[in-house]
Amino acid sequence: MSDATPTPTATPERSQLPAQSPPVDPVETAVAGDKAASRGRLSWWRGDNGDGVKRNLGLVGVLAALIVVGAITKPDLYGDPNWVWNNILAILQLASVVGVVTVGMTFVIIGGGIDLSVGAIVALAGVWCTTVATQSYGAGGMIFTAIVVGICVGLVNGVLISYGRLVPFIATLAMLVAARGLAASISNKQTQVSSSTFINDIAARKVLGIPILVYILGAVVVAGWILLNRTTFGRRTIAVGGNPEAARLAGINVRRHTMLLYALSGLCCGIAAIMLTSQATSAQAAMANLYELDAIAAAIIGGTLLSGGRGTIVGSLLGVIIFATITNLFAINGLSIEAQNMVKGGIIVAAVLVQQFQFKSFTRLLARNRLTTTT
Amino acid sequence: MAQSEENAATEPTATDADAPLIEAPADTVAGEVVLRLTDVVKTFPGVRALDGVQLEVRAGEVHCLLGQNGAGKSTLIKVLAGVHQPDSGEVEWRGEQVTFANPQAAMRAGIATIYQELDLVEDLSVAENAFLGHEHRRFGFVRRGRMARHTRQILGRLGHGEIPPGRMVRALPAAGKQIVSMARALSHEARLIIMDEPSAVLAHDEVGNLFRIIRELTAQGIAVIYISHRLEEIREIGDRVTVLKDGRTTAANLPARDTPTRDLVSRMTGRTIEYVFPDRPTDDTVGAELLQVEGLTRAGEFADVSLNVRAGEIVGIAGLVGSGRSELLETIYGARVAEAGSVRMDGRVLRPGVGSAVRAGMGMAPEERKSQALLLGEPIYRNVTLATFGRYARLGFTDAAKERAEADRIAESLELRPRDVGRPVRTLSGGNQQKVVVGRWLLGGTRLLLLDEPTRGVDVGARAELYQVIRALAAQGVGVLLVSSEVPEVLGLADRVLVMREGRVVREAPAGELDENTVLDLVMAGSLMEGAPA
Repeated sequence: MSDATPTPTATPERSQLPAQSPPVDPVETAVAGDKAASRGRLSWWRGDNGDGVKRNLGLVGVLAALIVVGAITKPDLYGDPNWVWNNILAILQLASVVGVVTVGMTFVIIGGGIDLSVGAIVALAGVWCTTVATQSYGAGGMIFTAIVVGICVGLVNGVLISYGRLVPFIATLAMLVAARGLAASISNKQTQVSSSTFINDIAARKVLGIPILVYILGAVVVAGWILLNRTTFGRRTIAVGGNPEAARLAGINVRRHTMLLYALSGLCCGIAAIMLTSQATSAQAAMANLYELDAIAAAIIGGTLLSGGRGTIVGSLLGVIIFATITNLFAINGLSIEAQNMVKGGIIVAAVLVQQFQFKSFTRLLARNRLTTTT
Repeated sequence: MAQSEENAATEPTATDADAPLIEAPADTVAGEVVLRLTDVVKTFPGVRALDGVQLEVRAGEVHCLLGQNGAGKSTLIKVLAGVHQPDSGEVEWRGEQVTFANPQAAMRAGIATIYQELDLVEDLSVAENAFLGHEHRRFGFVRRGRMARHTRQILGRLGHGEIPPGRMVRALPAAGKQIVSMARALSHEARLIIMDEPSAVLAHDEVGNLFRIIRELTAQGIAVIYISHRLEEIREIGDRVTVLKDGRTTAANLPARDTPTRDLVSRMTGRTIEYVFPDRPTDDTVGAELLQVEGLTRAGEFADVSLNVRAGEIVGIAGLVGSGRSELLETIYGARVAEAGSVRMDGRVLRPGVGSAVRAGMGMAPEERKSQALLLGEPIYRNVTLATFGRYARLGFTDAAKERAEADRIAESLELRPRDVGRPVRTLSGGNQQKVVVGRWLLGGTRLLLLDEPTRGVDVGARAELYQVIRALAAQGVGVLLVSSEVPEVLGLADRVLVMREGRVVREAPAGELDENTVLDLVMAGSLMEGAPA
């Protein structure tokens, strides 16, 4: 508050305006430029406010706790570094498909929406790209089809929501039902086997000891992070979700952007469809069941605000990995899926509680630190 | 209750050291002291919001709190209302030292707060709102009849027996909602009612009614803390004044009617000016016609409005809330679709939509800063560049360093406080938030600025700064279209004035040819909308 001493009077010559013409006062600009330069030295990869990072620390803690639990219950397995490495890869591979869907979901939620149709879109794209007709175009045709189907269905969602003014919950709920119906109708309720070795190899193969699916997840996460944090698209997403009216009055085309967010989610679903088809070497209308819930839950425990305007890709990724680790933990201990789902529910609640607590205590801590340094 | 002791505790800050403290005569107000604050301190992350506040309120008085935005008024209210707890200092309530752990505790003790943004549930009835949280009930069932009777009785006490207790609050006008807030305070048997800028949402004639109610409340021995930026109101309704600056009490218990304005202003600001409007340029500097609006109409809002703005000209629109001025501005900006008429920039008809208006060089600072203009959780610089971040981007990649530098430049020239552009906008005071909104459009390219109530909730000092900014923009050739419900502001700042009433322009003249009374007559004639329907 020490710099708050007001200038005695507001004289006309003080109000040098920035903006239109080149800066007036060379001294003033030099000072401003200096400050900007020192601030501009932030590393390229670093976020602008550390909040997200702090929140994610809590998730890392949860992950560590899960690993400790695993090590206690199966000390013999965790004693073997070879097994541990393979288990990590197994967890990442397990997380890969939902992870890709979650990246798209994170954008939609930050943008103030929700997409309940992601699982259905994955199924529709998977089924569509494995029809006999599509498979005749080869692997390239299949990938192209899955992605185009994903984007198109996402666009339909987006148009309904932004131009048809449907509530996102309703529009994507309707799409959930309709897309699964279409998938069942196309596949004639049969499982469609993929005969493309290229597609099937995606899930089966490793490069440098790491499964290709994990590379895909990594690529999507990195692309998503850049898109959210370093591009105008990401800034618009935060603005549109944080305060749509302010975004609109600032000249941002809120409707078009909302539409694009659902298309982006659809694109992620298309990619996920190929990954899932490759894993199963087949596709059917019932695949990717309840992925929407997994993706939403992962985004939420990752710190994404359901009301929009705030969220991180890294948090969402951690959320997905935590879920995959729980599944893995239960599998190696030979426990049932039912018990696993109960624990997952508990984890969602616990993670959010922990974050809130941690967030509050952090701001308090911050307050103390700032005051001691400034006064 | 020695008066001199109270005053001795308040020390002038360095900036106004030469102004002597004004001693209030000890017999200014009768009534015992109900509330006494001593050295109250409250800190938030990075901000010392209250830094030693003294306050003494007596039963049956209207105690006015004066201070610029960011002086700590809002924080002080929240401490009294139990929303925040002080870090140190003493709060003495009716002779006992207290700390209110939560708003309920303050309510129970008899302190009711009426916030500027009224905290009513729009879809509940008047009675349900008045008794929200402490309904009359038996066996878990709400006793609606009894509650309605009680509400009617309270409303009668407030002189508004005509408001039906069963009506949805949504259906009431702003003045009616305020009455409901006061009814809620009375339903709690409040002994102290805090009113945060109650007149800001009221039309001119409704303020008189508010004052009548306040006088009746104080006659019953209820103390009122009244916060307003309008000095003339404080003169009319207030008994004593306490002035805050930078979280400190700079003067306590001044007589509201007799303290010279100059003294009050200097305590608030360290300056001795009130409304200082920049000089109009003497020579005719206005340039080519920038904006042409012809026959613009939206049913129920405004009809057949034609106006133009030239480069370097400030055009003011005077009119009451509800006269269609804000709607007109939003329609020109493309945020609402016109039913008839046209909007041209540089002679070309604008396509619908905000985007094309912005591309054509328009910018708008909307009426509601928080809900219409700001991303409160985002840093200042991102709010400043909200409309322009695309211009600093390369191939879709944003340039945070450049944006920060530009925002820093804006912050410097607008004297934004605090200056750190990385802070969330949420932490700024109202006046500084407004600077962020205006600053957004200073970042190049804007040739026509639409300002809707640019100084609402902005204190005297920051106002003068904003006026300078607006005039300086005009001097650079920017056209400004300004809407304000404060007539002196329109007359003092604008070159040309349009008076609107009930959606129509009733007068257009150079500002020099109009005076305040003429405009007020034009604005009010035949439009005395009654507060609440019977």
